[in-house]
Amino acid sequence: MMRRFGIALLAVAIAAGASSLTAQTVNSGLRGPTPLNDEGPAPPMLPNRNTSERESRNYPEQPPVIPHSIDGYQIDLNGNKCLSCHARARTAESQAPMVSITHFMDRNGQFLASMSPRRFFCTECHVPQNTATPPVSNDFTDIDTLLSRASPGGRR
Amino acid sequence: MTATADEPKAKHGFIARSWAFLLELWQVLIRPSSVFGLGVLVLAGFAAGVIFWGGFNTALELTNTEKFCTGCHEMKDNVYAELKSTIHFTNRSGVRATCPDCHVPHNWTDKIARKMQASKEVWGKIFGTINTREKFLDHRLELAAHEWARFKANDSLECRNCHSADSMDITKQSPRASVAHQRFLFTKEKTCIDCHKGIAHQLPDMRGVPGWQ
Repeated sequence: MMRRFGIALLAVAIAAGASSLTAQTVNSGLRGPTPLNDEGPAPPMLPNRNTSERESRNYPEQPPVIPHSIDGYQIDLNGNKCLSCHARARTAESQAPMVSITHFMDRNGQFLASMSPRRFFCTECHVPQNTATPPVSNDFTDIDTLLSRASPGGRR
Repeated sequence: MTATADEPKAKHGFIARSWAFLLELWQVLIRPSSVFGLGVLVLAGFAAGVIFWGGFNTALELTNTEKFCTGCHEMKDNVYAELKSTIHFTNRSGVRATCPDCHVPHNWTDKIARKMQASKEVWGKIFGTINTREKFLDHRLELAAHEWARFKANDSLECRNCHSADSMDITKQSPRASVAHQRFLFTKEKTCIDCHKGIAHQLPDMRGVPGWQ
């Protein structure tokens, strides 16, 4: 008798638990209140940053980000709009930074006369920056901050 | 070469007969009318002139629409399809440029000159010069070069029909655009097309084009 009562109690508990689980909306920070099996409304697209001011790199090897809009810029076998300003011969007129000398190196480190084909497609590494606030915060700490922490008198 | 009545006509060649016809026509034209009054002739001439001129311009305007341009698959599938993703087709304010806004001069005499030039394009259409995508791509540099040369020669007139340098508020432009326009456009050192190539259609092989790599 006691055992049957226990099983019945367990069944009721499981049923109650299950129903409360299904009723509950999973409110995740990224998804919002949208149920897991639904697709939420897409947030509106925001414009790209267009200040034309150089931004500091987070680490020395980082490809510099593009501080201006590149909408409609054609980069394909026919032409490369970026190079209209950033090519060596064009920088005097455009006052834009020249593509780095590393872009003239082939994979063996040999310098070529012009840009290496493997470095031709700018947006493989260089990207414009959007004005949206990131949904996930970033706690990246750059090396200068780390070094200053380690130095005597630095901020720990 | 003059034909006289006593000679049999069969002896004369085509040129002689044509000449005789023209002379006869001229005689009819310079003879005063004996049936219609002068007022009737003037009014009829005026009405016919209005109808002819109106009809001519209406037909001209019909060939100056995007619907007419994209009536051929050469335009519809290549350049028109490419235009659709650019800012001259869709943008925040909904003002858009149609084919003739950029490719046909708005001024009447220039427009007629361009339309006469375009008769070669009819030739191309009949003989299928660019009737496949591959053929179009092969000719793209030549076709683009024609347009660049036209814009360069008329100081980018078709751009300036909408984009006036005088009305440009450079404080509302991005810093980069503002600097470039002050240095090159306002000083008349360059014209629009020098920098703004390939803004409405894709570019051909740009090797050797000034300012490109």
